[in-house]
Amino acid sequence: MIRFAGDSGDGMQLTGDRFTSETAVFGNDLATLPDFPAEIRAPAGSLPGVSGFQVHFADHDILTPGDQPNVLVAMNPAALKVNLGDLAKGGTVIVNTDAFSDRNLQKAGYATSPLDDGSLSDFHVHAVSLSSMTIEALKEVDGITSREAERSKNFFALGLMSWLYNRPIEGTLGFIETKFGKRPEIAEANTRAFKAGWNYGETSEDFAVSYEIAPAKLEPGRYRQISGNSALTYGLIAASKLSGLPLFLGAYPITPASDVLEQLANMKHFGVRTFQAEDEIAASGAALGAAFGGSLGVTTSAGPGIVLKSETVGLAVTLELPLIVVDVQRAGPSTGMPTKPEQADLLMVMFGRNSESPVPVVAASTPAGCFDAAIEAARIAIKYRTPVFLLSDAYLANGSEPWLIPDVSALPDISTEFATSPKDGDVFLPYKRDAETLARPWAIPGTPGLEHRIGGLEKEDKTGNISYDPENHDLMVRLRAAKVAGIAADIPELEVDDPDGANTLVLGWGSTYGAIGAAARRVRASGRKVATAHLHYLNPFPRNTGEVVRSYEKVLMPEINLGQLKMLIRAEFLVDAVGYNKVRGRPFRAAELADAITALVDS
Amino acid sequence: MSEGGNGNGLVQLTAKDFKSDQEVRWCPGCGDYAILNVLQGFMPELGLTRERIVFVSGIGCAARLPYYMQTYGMHSIHGRAPAIATGLAVSRPDLSVWVVTGDGDALSIGGNHLIHSLRRNVNLKILLFNNKIYGLTKGQYSPTSELGKVTKSTPMGSLDYPFNPLSIAIGAEASFVARAIDTDKKGLTEVLGAAARHRGSAFVEILQNCNIYNDGAFDFVREEKGNRIYLESGAPIRFGAEGEKGVVQDVDGSARVVDLGEGGEDGLLVHDAGQREPSLAFALSRITFETDGAVPLGVFRSVERPVYDDLMSEQLETARERSGEGDLETLLHSGDTWTVES
Repeated sequence: MIRFAGDSGDGMQLTGDRFTSETAVFGNDLATLPDFPAEIRAPAGSLPGVSGFQVHFADHDILTPGDQPNVLVAMNPAALKVNLGDLAKGGTVIVNTDAFSDRNLQKAGYATSPLDDGSLSDFHVHAVSLSSMTIEALKEVDGITSREAERSKNFFALGLMSWLYNRPIEGTLGFIETKFGKRPEIAEANTRAFKAGWNYGETSEDFAVSYEIAPAKLEPGRYRQISGNSALTYGLIAASKLSGLPLFLGAYPITPASDVLEQLANMKHFGVRTFQAEDEIAASGAALGAAFGGSLGVTTSAGPGIVLKSETVGLAVTLELPLIVVDVQRAGPSTGMPTKPEQADLLMVMFGRNSESPVPVVAASTPAGCFDAAIEAARIAIKYRTPVFLLSDAYLANGSEPWLIPDVSALPDISTEFATSPKDGDVFLPYKRDAETLARPWAIPGTPGLEHRIGGLEKEDKTGNISYDPENHDLMVRLRAAKVAGIAADIPELEVDDPDGANTLVLGWGSTYGAIGAAARRVRASGRKVATAHLHYLNPFPRNTGEVVRSYEKVLMPEINLGQLKMLIRAEFLVDAVGYNKVRGRPFRAAELADAITALVDS
Repeated sequence: MSEGGNGNGLVQLTAKDFKSDQEVRWCPGCGDYAILNVLQGFMPELGLTRERIVFVSGIGCAARLPYYMQTYGMHSIHGRAPAIATGLAVSRPDLSVWVVTGDGDALSIGGNHLIHSLRRNVNLKILLFNNKIYGLTKGQYSPTSELGKVTKSTPMGSLDYPFNPLSIAIGAEASFVARAIDTDKKGLTEVLGAAARHRGSAFVEILQNCNIYNDGAFDFVREEKGNRIYLESGAPIRFGAEGEKGVVQDVDGSARVVDLGEGGEDGLLVHDAGQREPSLAFALSRITFETDGAVPLGVFRSVERPVYDDLMSEQLETARERSGEGDLETLLHSGDTWTVES
């Protein structure tokens, strides 16, 4: 497990990303955790400006980016200070000594240099003059300044790590060609820096051991590496293809959801229309307008934007039109910590609207799982003519993992039929429901004979005409609720992993999936019994959820909030579930969850 | 019903074809009735079948209008109609999309959406019914109410300086800006026709009387026809019962009303709605009853500008020409991939 850390301008995300690709191609299983500041460029050398990228890889399947890195690459004193506490004792530290100037030490709050004062005695320290060796390696490259040369040091570091772990380098060399093709001198500089780092590893006696981690045993098939936001984008494109509906995205840029807008803007050859609106409200409004016209309407945001979309979602509830609302959750309240993950928007998407306005909620659990979650959200929205919330978070969005690329022909058919012109004498009833799904017809403008008016005012059953009739309102409230509740019959049951017949269940949702799985392995390895289950549908719950939670003596619910799903489960099923809650803007560590599970099992 | 055309490909509909089966429920005497009648009478001129027409509204008295039109319609959320209509118009260029709004809906809660739809030049026809009051909520001042207006929420007079809707639209880069009066059937019909023919955003302010909460707000131009300045492109701007008044432009660019002297039309401002620079239209929008005792009507500005919907469609075509029709299989396999053998 390696963590790359440096200034936010040092290219650490790029370095980590390339190392990840090399690792994936090599065949290791992996999980990644980017960790970067919200400020684009915080003051150089400062503690808040430190940007990190952690890669966990192994010869077996991996569930989390890992708790404690074994190797830390620190590009400056601030990066060392911020990250050293996480490093496992006996771990390896590679530092760029050129950045350990008095001024940088002072900025990081070091009175004396940790390289000299013995404070790193618990670790294997490799002091490498990354900057000066990079500049030296590039002095023959024409057309670049020594300042530009110095900026290639991240590729030197990448080369060194690639040697150390026997990563294949062809992919990175090709990547440099493509990425910097327009500036051949920069491409040349990065290539040379990368090779120089590799050669340094090979020739320097400092790195006597080159690690070999064999490929993991994964299910056979064709793989690629994918991040949550990319998987979400691909899932939306797939949903458009599978439904036959053109995709319309209304969005307003917001961290950590902007990637989806940017990626979909590059998918115009799929017939995707992206609309960068004047605000979050217009973004969702335009998506709903497009849905009225027969498009697959999508709006993407994070918590601070989702609150502004509440009125549109409420309108979509009563119009009974399909709308996908993606919430890539981040730490809050208010602006909170824009780049950090949290699971605290659950109750907002469940209840954050006026009156009785039920909305289905689907949650992704892994980066690659965002693909399936997007298709599933679209399926439910289209089939039941309802807005659907799709929950991701900053950890899933930016984290990545190997993905067994699905067979397109095996993906579900989620197509639908629009209402067609009535035969002579028939009267069109916009709110006449399908007996099975309770969905109303989707009658799009342009269809002769179906001219009708819909709106936010309460509608009379079947006709859709404005109605203030008390009994009709009660009926409509119940019909809308029954329609959403009925989706439970159309989603998979909650699966339980309980190999040993435990009396303790760990129930989670969303991005805690990996940490819970890894923790359960540890607990089982200690000879204890524990069951796990993970909810991918939060409204409605899978139909066997009550049965599952009631069948265990003890239920533990780890969440990166103060117990939101726990509140729902307790209220719905009257079980005495207990929570494990930490709201730090970071994923759980498997070790802390294992401790919490062990304590409950032993209690 | 005359749907289906007359055999020569043209559609022959009448006002009656555009009346829905819903009972119209505005207050008796409301100016909205007159507007609805003119609109239903005008609709056949679009030459479109009813299913191709959509009315989208927000909240307010005016926003009830879609219920009364036998077309597609959506009565949406307060202020958001331009945003919702944008999504519809952009994704369905085959439709004729109309937005019906009021002074509170368009200029208070929905101000942001209005200006952005105008600057983008989305193919929407936006009809703003201005009665200078909040009617549906029973009589609070609106963003077009005059300073010092005494209402239920401003017992000592309002402190808000009012918006001039046309100045806002012109400032927001609107490519078509016009004004009409609810009861002026001829003037309103002409303006609707010009707006419908304009490709892009067309903004029309309709002076509308609220006989319950702000009765007589526009009597100076609704009743006093001599105070109407009908704008006609290419002609000197002249008005009055005897045509005894006109509009001149001063060296600072502003326009004002003058009495015609012995010089007759010499020196009068010649209207040109097609001027690319919006300064003339803006100067005319500043002539109000308060400043000059008269109100310009008709088309202030009508210029061609690329339409957002068209530009977006073109980008989709260009992308398909460059990359071919998107293929899901290819997309999923893009980037670095590797095979795990069994």
